[in-house]
Amino acid sequence: MASTIRVRATARDDSTEVQALIQHPMDSGYVKDASGNLIPPHFIQELTFEYDGKAVFVADWGPAVSKDPYVKFSFKGGKKGDDLKISWVDNKGQSDTTTAKIQ
Amino acid sequence: MSRMLTSALASGLLIAGATTVLAAGSEADFKAAYAAAEAANNQAGALRDQWTTTAAALAEAKKAADQGDFDTAVAQAKEAEALAKASIYQAQSEKDAWKALEIR
Amino acid sequence: MRSAIHLASAALVLTTLALSAAPSVIAADTPDPVADARAFRNYFTGKFSKLKLEDFVNGPYSLNEDMHKQWEEKEQFPPYDFALDLGKELFTRPFKNGKSYADCFANQGIGVRQNYPYFDEKEGKVITLELALNRCREANGEAQLSYVKDDMAALTAYMAFTSRGKPFDIKIPNDPRALEAYENGKRYFYARRGQLNFSCASCHVQNPGERIRAEILAPALGILNAMPIYRSEWGGMGTTSRRFVTCNSQIRGTPLEPQSDEYRDLEYYLSYVSNGLPISGPGARP
Repeated sequence: MASTIRVRATARDDSTEVQALIQHPMDSGYVKDASGNLIPPHFIQELTFEYDGKAVFVADWGPAVSKDPYVKFSFKGGKKGDDLKISWVDNKGQSDTTTAKIQ
Repeated sequence: MSRMLTSALASGLLIAGATTVLAAGSEADFKAAYAAAEAANNQAGALRDQWTTTAAALAEAKKAADQGDFDTAVAQAKEAEALAKASIYQAQSEKDAWKALEIR
Repeated sequence: MRSAIHLASAALVLTTLALSAAPSVIAADTPDPVADARAFRNYFTGKFSKLKLEDFVNGPYSLNEDMHKQWEEKEQFPPYDFALDLGKELFTRPFKNGKSYADCFANQGIGVRQNYPYFDEKEGKVITLELALNRCREANGEAQLSYVKDDMAALTAYMAFTSRGKPFDIKIPNDPRALEAYENGKRYFYARRGQLNFSCASCHVQNPGERIRAEILAPALGILNAMPIYRSEWGGMGTTSRRFVTCNSQIRGTPLEPQSDEYRDLEYYLSYVSNGLPISGPGARP
């Protein structure tokens, strides 16, 4: 199955800029479908970016984050060619993970 | 100038529907009012300019009638008819009035 | 010179170029799409003199500096990415009978989006890209897709992507029915409708760059070039029809069928007056 995570990490001077687009419905649990039934909540709860075995960015998300979330941040360090690991877990226990090379 | 009259008339019709004073309605009154509203809305449909609020008022009228509240049902039906008539007026006047907005 | 007196008749009567000897007090509205398109373009380039012509295809993002910055960032990781990938997959996947979409379109369907909609002289009607796709499916024994979103939007996203940068090239053949379709579309665009009494022009001609609630209004020039769009408001992709339908509802007008004659003609008109502007689809909007 194709990864739900698209990521681009670019090393620049002494920091690395990371952009990621994650495919996820991020249902808040407050929205009704066409028949009037509540769509049950289904959203990412934790998103983690790891570099060199350490977490450089951790997000605790909830129902307020929109569908197909986009994240952009920078962290100190990071070298071109190194690995960046991204993983998420949602409230249903589903998860995905991917590893990208820093450009 | 005619643009102002058009919108004044249209909004007048909108307001009129909402503030009509009614006598107590009966099922027969409702049926007549609903039929008139529906006919007007169908005419608007043929002109391809129905309003969502017309459909909402018709639905409210029917719902009230189903519950036996014919006062409300008649009021809603008359509101629907007023809205439908305004939409007909809009469609007919826009057949020429649209040119006032055209970029030339 | 513009005549101040309009024709009383309801429908615009098509005339050939009238050689009128006497100065007309009542001027017949002779359809002149070329002049319309020129006037249309001049109106917007005059209003937004700092913009290049191709900037208009980005709608509100070209009209507001803050939004432009956001858009530039968004373009690096556009929200329509997933739909685009799905679209490519759907487009290349053969039908149950072994044929594929490529068999229904010129150039295998690659790089053709800028030619739609077109006027089909056999049928006497405007054919949109979505309509052509569903007809292709029907001809090959496949079920019809919804015209407004999901798979249809994914397919048109892919087809638009293969045409990125190509200028809109809508043709009006020398056929009175084509001219009439064009005029119908123009009429629809400028006529007020719905309880809120707006026309498309009310927002997109009279108030581009202004706000309606929290949104910045796009100019009508180039407004279809980015279609289909991932609209944050929808949380997903939508086609041109989806936008027409939702816009009608928003002004409290009962929407027509997604591929009704009126919408097809409207798309024809709007695309034609944006001829020369590049396809930028699929796009993203707030």
